Amino acid sequence: MATRQTRSLARLMLTPSVILLLIWMIVPLAMTLWYSFQNFNLLNPVMRSFAGFDNYRYFYTDPAFFESIANTLAIVVGVLLITVIGGILLALLLDQPIFGQGIVRILVISPFFVMPPVAALIWKNMIMHPGYGVLADVARSLGLQPVDWFAQYPLLSIIIIVSWQWLPFATLILLTALQSLDEEQKEAAEMDGANFFNRFRYLVLPHLARAITVVILIQTIFLLAVYAEILVTTNGGPGYATTNLAFLIYRTALLSYDIGGASAGGVIAVVLANIVAIFLMRAVGRNLER
Amino acid sequence: MARAISTRRKTVTTVVAWLVALIIFFPILYTIITSFKTEPEAIAGISLIPSGTFENYVEVQAQRDYFRPFLNSVVISLGSTLIALLISVPAAWSMAFSPGKRTKDILMWMLSTKMMPAVGVLVPMYLIFRDTGLLDTRTGLTIVLTLVNLPIVVWMLYTYFREIPGEILEAARMDGASTLKEIVYVLTPMAVPGIASTMLLNIILAWNESFWTIRLSAANAAPLTAFIASFSSPQGLFWAKLSAASTLAIAPILIMGWFSQKQLVRGLTFGAVK
Amino acid sequence: MGTIKLDDVTKSFGATVIIPKVDLEIEDGEFVVFVGPSGSGKSTLLRLIAGLEDVSGGKISIDGRDVTHVAPAKRGLAMVFQSYALYPHMSVYNNIGFPLKMAGEGRETIDKKVRDAARVLNLVDYLERRPGQLSGGQRQRVAIGRAIVRQPTAFLFDEPLSNLDAALRGTMRLEISELHHQLKTTMIYVTHDQVEAMTLADKIVVLNGGNVEQIGSPLELYRKPANLFVAGFIGSPRMNLIEGPAADAKAAQTIGVRPEHISVSKTAGDWMGTVGVAEHLGSDTFLHVQADGIGPLTVRADGEVGLAHGETVYLTPDQTKLHRFGADGRAL
Repeated sequence: MATRQTRSLARLMLTPSVILLLIWMIVPLAMTLWYSFQNFNLLNPVMRSFAGFDNYRYFYTDPAFFESIANTLAIVVGVLLITVIGGILLALLLDQPIFGQGIVRILVISPFFVMPPVAALIWKNMIMHPGYGVLADVARSLGLQPVDWFAQYPLLSIIIIVSWQWLPFATLILLTALQSLDEEQKEAAEMDGANFFNRFRYLVLPHLARAITVVILIQTIFLLAVYAEILVTTNGGPGYATTNLAFLIYRTALLSYDIGGASAGGVIAVVLANIVAIFLMRAVGRNLER
Repeated sequence: MARAISTRRKTVTTVVAWLVALIIFFPILYTIITSFKTEPEAIAGISLIPSGTFENYVEVQAQRDYFRPFLNSVVISLGSTLIALLISVPAAWSMAFSPGKRTKDILMWMLSTKMMPAVGVLVPMYLIFRDTGLLDTRTGLTIVLTLVNLPIVVWMLYTYFREIPGEILEAARMDGASTLKEIVYVLTPMAVPGIASTMLLNIILAWNESFWTIRLSAANAAPLTAFIASFSSPQGLFWAKLSAASTLAIAPILIMGWFSQKQLVRGLTFGAVK
Repeated sequence: MGTIKLDDVTKSFGATVIIPKVDLEIEDGEFVVFVGPSGSGKSTLLRLIAGLEDVSGGKISIDGRDVTHVAPAKRGLAMVFQSYALYPHMSVYNNIGFPLKMAGEGRETIDKKVRDAARVLNLVDYLERRPGQLSGGQRQRVAIGRAIVRQPTAFLFDEPLSNLDAALRGTMRLEISELHHQLKTTMIYVTHDQVEAMTLADKIVVLNGGNVEQIGSPLELYRKPANLFVAGFIGSPRMNLIEGPAADAKAAQTIGVRPEHISVSKTAGDWMGTVGVAEHLGSDTFLHVQADGIGPLTVRADGEVGLAHGETVYLTPDQTKLHRFGADGRAL
């Protein structure tokens, strides 16, 4: 296995993917960095000049910037809380003996396979619509005033939609982890007189720690970049109420044609994502080695 | 006695579980039901029994040329998956069977490229695509989706390949198999289930990718994600038609997804949870 | 023919030296066992001969041909792995036929040879099964079948019995020994179990820390261990190694005496001791005795010996079968 020929062959086979990913990582990033120091607007492409840190200053002083950061965090934290807690509860429920377990599993996992624009449109029109949505119908039948979700609670609405998409993922992973818990351990704990909550606190939760970390890591990567759900529901509004960083950069680049400004935003987004990534990769790396 | 209690408990958990599952599944179910309603029915309040018309499906094709984005989605997700596999199989093979000192680092680095936010490079990608004529082409989208999913494909294949015992490949070598024969007769048959799962998951991910596909396409190469997103612009209440288009867009992937639950966990957690 | 020769073979992984230097000559038709504790380099040495690892220095020749840089497939050797390494997706028939198919043999030749091997190994009824449907012993036989159809110059076995239960291990040991008598082909067999080594080998190579401690026939190693390591490793129960006044009396740093070379008496003898645990095996009894001024000794006594815990016994070692070792651990 470890002979010289096999090793050089191995290196050769690894090269294409490494080179491709290297280009994919470096070239656009370098360009983003370069543009972020340029005055460059697509509406007036001839007028290009060096801008220094103006783009960053402009982006930084834009009140929408801080609002978008706050919105980004709200979406990430809100969805994580809902999906992790909900996922643990659902996983515990589905781990019990149930008639028709296979079908229940399929029903629960399904939202994950729905493409984001479809998910967002279903919720916007059929569920949350103040006039004809299911929730409005339910409210009226109870004699209540229907809620105009996207006008009254725009950010919460987004969080609900995104949580619906990711809850199945968290549930499935936590359920898989739960099922790998040794039956004998549970029985030993029962013999030792641990009740359900003690078993959960001292046996199940530590066992799930690694899976929970993985869920948090992977979801964070995707949640930082929520885009399509916002695009098809609120388009970032009202005002900037549902504009996250990803959406703000899109607005600056492709709606205001401000390449320099959007690039500065892009650099900021990369830096922020990397801070989260380093933090999380460490946690996961530690977890993976166990 | 104990048995009676456990049966009763099972009945209770069954009812609770089904209730929760149906609530979670309801939006999808309701969309499918609505797709068989007429437009007036669709906005006439909750009703779980449609009149059973297929007209919406016919209309979606007639008015919006549904088949075109559908074909785009098929070409782009299948194309990017196949290319990613072609590049990844050798890479994962070499890392799994001849690991070097840097293998772990390379794997972690590949994972880290996945963490780069897409918006961070939206501007240059848009400009590169515009200047090279890749904007709104299937080729362009295929390239981007290949690169976006490459790390997941490598990781997933790596975790599958690592489970093939090295001794079996050594045995093949002792039995006189050349590297080529070793790959054809021993490695490939053992790796096929893993490659198939990887392929399935990657098609799902590519099919549903909704940032690059929406931003880098227009009328020509738009896959279903962009097609559905275009329904968001106000143009009257065509919910039944929207439901029909949505049902068509999610049905194939929903069915594939049901078959790949186990592989999904493994693929998306980079082998950390099995 | 099947002579194998190792000249100054060394192996290191980076800065870690696994095998400092080994010279070894294996005659045609010989059954050679590499034995040693885990980490002794015995498996590495086998893999070097197989070509699955590159040597760091030195030369390996098979039948006088230098194969140091020849690919494993071209060395004409067959190997049986610890995990059996059967191809899970192929039937037993195809597993056994695989090396022949790789060698480009015709369909009929393959069929004949596979069926012959299956007959020898009692696998005729299982040819269409997959490895997953076989028991441990049957898998082991398939692995052996795959090795013999090639008619290799030599067989390499890498701890082939360690995954089997005790009873099956005994049976398979006999089958391998029988196979060697039938085929008369060179076999190299790696194990950590000295019983396997003693029962199977024409020649035993004792390895420790990558060094060859001693090479010889089972009886040579039993009768004349070259050093303390071999003395302690070969023989069961272990040889008693005694230091202190009793050794000084024989002008040695350490003296060794095997449990079966000590006679027991209730009345008189050289050493006095107290009986601890007595293990009754029926044919023999192993007595664990705390000898005064000497330490714990294991003694093999008659199966019917009537000694109980706490009784006083007198022990007399057989002077002609006493082993003496110097301060460097070598036999004097």
